[in-house]
Amino acid sequence: METYTAMRHMADSWGLLAMVLFFVGAVTFAFRPGSRALSDDAARIPFKDE
Amino acid sequence: MKYGTEIVFSAILTLIALLGAAFAVDDAFRYHMLIAVVLLGGFTIALMRKEDFVPAGPVDDTRYMDGPIRYGVIATVFWGVVGFLAGVLVAAQLAFPDLNLEPWLNFGRLRPLHTSGVVFAFGGNILIASSFYVVQRTCRTRLFGGNLAWFVFWGYQLFIVMAATGYLLGITQSREYAEPEWYVDLWLTIVWVVYLFIFMGTVLRRKEPHIYVANWFYMSFIITIAMLHVLNNLAVPVSFVGSKSYSAFSGVQDAVTQWWYGHNAVAFFLTIPFLAMMYYFVPKQVNRPIYSYRLSIVHFWSIIFLYIWAGPHHLHYTAVPDWAQTLGMVFSIMLWMPSWGGMINGLMTLSGRWDLIRTDPIVRLMVAAIAFYGMATFEGPMLSIKSVNALSHYTDWTIAHVHAGALGWNGMITFAAVYFLTPKLWGRERLYSVRMVNWHFWLATLGIVLYASSMWVSGIMQGLMWREYDSQGFLVYSFVETVAAMHPYYVMRVTGGLFYLTGGFLMAWNVYQTIRGRVRDETPMGAPAPAAGAAVQPAE
Ligand code: HEM
Ligand code: HEM
Repeated sequence: METYTAMRHMADSWGLLAMVLFFVGAVTFAFRPGSRALSDDAARIPFKDE
Repeated sequence: MKYGTEIVFSAILTLIALLGAAFAVDDAFRYHMLIAVVLLGGFTIALMRKEDFVPAGPVDDTRYMDGPIRYGVIATVFWGVVGFLAGVLVAAQLAFPDLNLEPWLNFGRLRPLHTSGVVFAFGGNILIASSFYVVQRTCRTRLFGGNLAWFVFWGYQLFIVMAATGYLLGITQSREYAEPEWYVDLWLTIVWVVYLFIFMGTVLRRKEPHIYVANWFYMSFIITIAMLHVLNNLAVPVSFVGSKSYSAFSGVQDAVTQWWYGHNAVAFFLTIPFLAMMYYFVPKQVNRPIYSYRLSIVHFWSIIFLYIWAGPHHLHYTAVPDWAQTLGMVFSIMLWMPSWGGMINGLMTLSGRWDLIRTDPIVRLMVAAIAFYGMATFEGPMLSIKSVNALSHYTDWTIAHVHAGALGWNGMITFAAVYFLTPKLWGRERLYSVRMVNWHFWLATLGIVLYASSMWVSGIMQGLMWREYDSQGFLVYSFVETVAAMHPYYVMRVTGGLFYLTGGFLMAWNVYQTIRGRVRDETPMGAPAPAAGAAVQPAE
């Protein structure tokens, strides 16, 4: 297969799947149980200083 | 020896530039290298004069490194005024073509001077300065790499001056937003890699376990710009002592690379790091944490995943494959959602403190900036729809969209950051004048309204005139008739630009006086103004 076609197939199958999974994973991680308290803490970082 | 290495490095660069001038194969390159010799040589001498032979004391690692940030704020203000001035000039040239002063100051050379001036010099300086400020405060550690931060500052200014003087000499590789030729590109690559090194190093030695979201936005900006810059500028120079190069790509690949870069310059230069500024400065100024930290994480990842695909919307109805155009359009439309998520996150941070809009002009600037961000990211997805783009493309509608985003979002949030940073960096209690900030706000707003509304009207009119057929199937208007019809709108735009520029001068004055430690005697904003003639009468 020529490179272009091979890369296109890669991109719209496994590549796409990998990125969707990463994205869904990142969002799920952000909203995992118990994350509220942690993120409220993180949101206060700018005020710990100056 | 404090600056030993620096002096040697700078002297070697001067020598290289001198050799470049001596062996140059074209005149433009020779003049350009002579400019570099003057700049670098001057810099070397300045360093030598600052040198003293007392061994440098140990660096106090518990304190933040603010020197390059102070310089960065001053550079932002300076280049801002220069860039707006260039904008007004090119706007005036479009309205009155007699202003094209051949050869150095014609439209073709001044236009990239304007775009690079505002985007890379004005925007770039505040991004570098604010990222250094924010990363230290949110990681609670000193900048990594010592004097390298100074190298980034001065190296970046050299890049700007070389780019700008190159345009005026007629040196360009004619890729929009990447006009500088190969040797200037190489220099920027070095500066940028050092910038990345400093930023990453600082994050790695942070004392705060969590990496605050603003740093994520800054980091993605630095990494992505490095990648975009290197790939888009892959080119083969005709001669190593000449100013011309040819792109490594050809035809449609070249176009796609260029707009993959071009669009992500908008995304990863004009949007993402400015959002980083929003995520730090808005909470600081209103003294409340960001509305939803978890939304900011979702905002980050969605924007990262979507933006990179949107480039083909700049190439609708070209030789780019149809599926790629549609892909670009679909991703652009999807971008609307995370963009507005971010806008809501910024605006809602004010909930409970909306009164600040009345009393604090810096908050006013921020809110206006976020609102314009919302507007530009609504208009953008609309423009990316093929049938809308068929009307808007090549017209002033694009220009209206650009400047709603650029003047409104980038400009206003930068002004807010400058006003926030100046008193803090120079240890002043407050700005020289808060009321002047309010004046700046209104001048800028008026400027944007005049600019954007005139260009919307002009653009849509232009698009409609181009496509108007009569009953016989002939075009109704010749090209020059559309140009003549646009003249009044071009004059309106110049007026808008002048307002915006005046605001820039006010900012420069305000910042200058604040640095000098002056405080203007004025009634605080929001306090009732003293009734005329009342207070002065002593009670008898
Ligand atoms: C005083 C304010 C300004 C004025 C009067 C002005 C004027 C102009 C003019 C006349 C053009 C050329 C339009 C054409 O070729 O038809 C232009 C292009 C452009 N300006 Fe400005 N400008 C101003 C401020 C800014 C700022 C603050 C930014 C960015 C932060 C900016 C970014 C751009 C960009 C990216 C383009 C190229 C647009 C394109 O190719 O589609 N401008 N400006
Ligand atoms: C969701 C977000 C956005 C989308 C989908 C979008 C989409 C578009 C589209 C479709 C065009 C016209 C392309 C053409 O017909 O040639 C365009 C041009 C442009 N947009 Fe946006 N836009 C967005 C946000 C922004 C923002 C926030 C800015 C910030 C300043 C911006 C700056 C520009 C610039 C500079 C151009 C002109 C490019 C050129 O032709 O030189 N855009 N955008």
